[in-house]
Amino acid sequence: MKLKSSILMLVAALSVAACTNPDRFGSDGVGAGGDPLAGADTGIVPGSASDPASPAYFQQAVGDRVLFAVDQSTLTPEGRSTLDGQAAWLLANADYTAVIEGHADEQGTREYNLALGARRADAARAYLQSQGVPGGRLQVVSYGKERPIEVCSEEACYSKNRRAVTVLAGGLTS
Amino acid sequence: MIYRAICMVLALVVAAQAPTAAQAQAPTAAQAQNGPLRIEITEGVIEPLPVAIPDLVAETPGSAEMGQQLARVIAADLSGTGLFRELPASAFISQVTDFGAPVQYADWKAINAQALVTGAVTVSGNNITVKFRLHDVFSGAELGDGLQFAGTVDGWRRIAHKVSDVVYSRITGEGGYFDSRVVFVSESGPKAQRRKRLAVMDYDGANVQYLTGSEAIVLAPRFSATGDRVLYTSYETGFPRIYVLDVGSVQRRVLESQQGVMSFAPRFSPDGRTVVYSLSQGSNTDIFAMDVASGASRRLTSGPAIETAPSYSPDGAQIVFESDRSGSQQLYVMPSSGGEARRISFGKGRYGTPVWSPRGDLIAFTKQSQGRFHIGVMLVDGSEERLLTASFLDEGPTWSPNGRVIMFARETQGAAGRSTLYSVDITGRNLRPVRTPDGGSDPSWGPLQR
Repeated sequence: MKLKSSILMLVAALSVAACTNPDRFGSDGVGAGGDPLAGADTGIVPGSASDPASPAYFQQAVGDRVLFAVDQSTLTPEGRSTLDGQAAWLLANADYTAVIEGHADEQGTREYNLALGARRADAARAYLQSQGVPGGRLQVVSYGKERPIEVCSEEACYSKNRRAVTVLAGGLTS
Repeated sequence: MIYRAICMVLALVVAAQAPTAAQAQAPTAAQAQNGPLRIEITEGVIEPLPVAIPDLVAETPGSAEMGQQLARVIAADLSGTGLFRELPASAFISQVTDFGAPVQYADWKAINAQALVTGAVTVSGNNITVKFRLHDVFSGAELGDGLQFAGTVDGWRRIAHKVSDVVYSRITGEGGYFDSRVVFVSESGPKAQRRKRLAVMDYDGANVQYLTGSEAIVLAPRFSATGDRVLYTSYETGFPRIYVLDVGSVQRRVLESQQGVMSFAPRFSPDGRTVVYSLSQGSNTDIFAMDVASGASRRLTSGPAIETAPSYSPDGAQIVFESDRSGSQQLYVMPSSGGEARRISFGKGRYGTPVWSPRGDLIAFTKQSQGRFHIGVMLVDGSEERLLTASFLDEGPTWSPNGRVIMFARETQGAAGRSTLYSVDITGRNLRPVRTPDGGSDPSWGPLQR
């Protein structure tokens, strides 16, 4: 129960973060991720994005999500590269588990999009597992089109909404 | 529940005048004015039938306002079908002040009313009694016998809907649909963090009651055939799971709670004993059927495609569902025990959310084609496809109890996009919004109440 509630709180916290900081996967995120590795002796704030063992680092430097083409659940080369980073991080930080959330854009019916989100989340899960992350540490859930992060009705937004997001759980209490 | 408290009494009102003249006149199809009062709602174009609905006569002191409100609801029901046009009270020549007095048909004929509804109301404490008669003005006679409904004052709208159902049935020859409820998802808040809660309302959007809070996402409630239970999907555990809720007690229980799987898209079988639904295991989504009493479930589809949105035929023998096994979302029909499915949709575009009509003759669906969404209907073999609507995003049709009207959700485009319930005739006419306090989606139309 304790774990479950901390997962839910973390999911909630990260969803809020997702809404307030939609650009963190652009060049800013990568830049912020590059710095702490190079300047480790300049003082790392534990738990901040400069701490490579922190969820914030996972989210911003590694990248917590992969994107998909319209009605597709095939991983792109960029997606696989992001998941390589996620797998390495999860292997290095073995006390974390993860829930992979699959999402779809609004251009589809509700039920189909739930199933499509499941396919996307599972594609990410299968890849992480193929890279050595134990399946027991990974769960998948689909939100279909219920939780867009971008709200315009254009491809610029849709392309960011077609995603699988790896949301960390555990770690905090251990 | 207030509706539980209503005891509907149906009684014949002793007719002041014997209904004889209706048969006396020879019907001539070409001239509706001279034929029997009748709307054939399968006809292509309908000129709405002019109807006069004077305020119901108050037979107890202080019930005049009730008489007025009842007349307003009856008028709204009938004009809302698009088949009737209400004549304004300002046009009336005669006033109905005594329910028992003979009707001055000439006065109603003069203003071209073809149908006339007269009624009376008595209110005594919390009890209300409504008597009414339907008149065929040009025949100068009653159409059917007078009727009386009794109930409680807080259920007065239901009585008005029952009157409307009788009027509609007598004139169209079809079953009514006004005294029915719709369960739906009430939506509020911004698009990225929409709050959703289950709600139930009268078919016209009145009397909204909330069945859940908005702490967790809830999706796609579905009434049982008797309207006593609702199936829905909730994320309250963090994972989508199917729940069944008793409408009377608002008690709910989880129906499918296997660890590590997601369940959604549930629907009852017509007898209410089985629930057909989707399970996602890994990347694969298939259809299962569960015996509600025992909880035992069995697989109806297999294979790696997405199979979801199942809906039973009214006889329970078949299930229509959507699958992308061909490479895109299409509609299929299979025996309700599973087995070989045959594809029924072959048009351009993607087809989803099929729902079998309560009459058994049609399947309603959502179609996505060239960036637009449509609600459409087709025969159960997939032929005679007709698209009824078109917009940025229409989806999730549900049938009125008589199979003549479809309700669905329409979402507007962009960051300020909002979902609203609409209804449309199966002819594609009479598209109109259903007014709800907040946004609405995923409607499920329940049966006519008893």
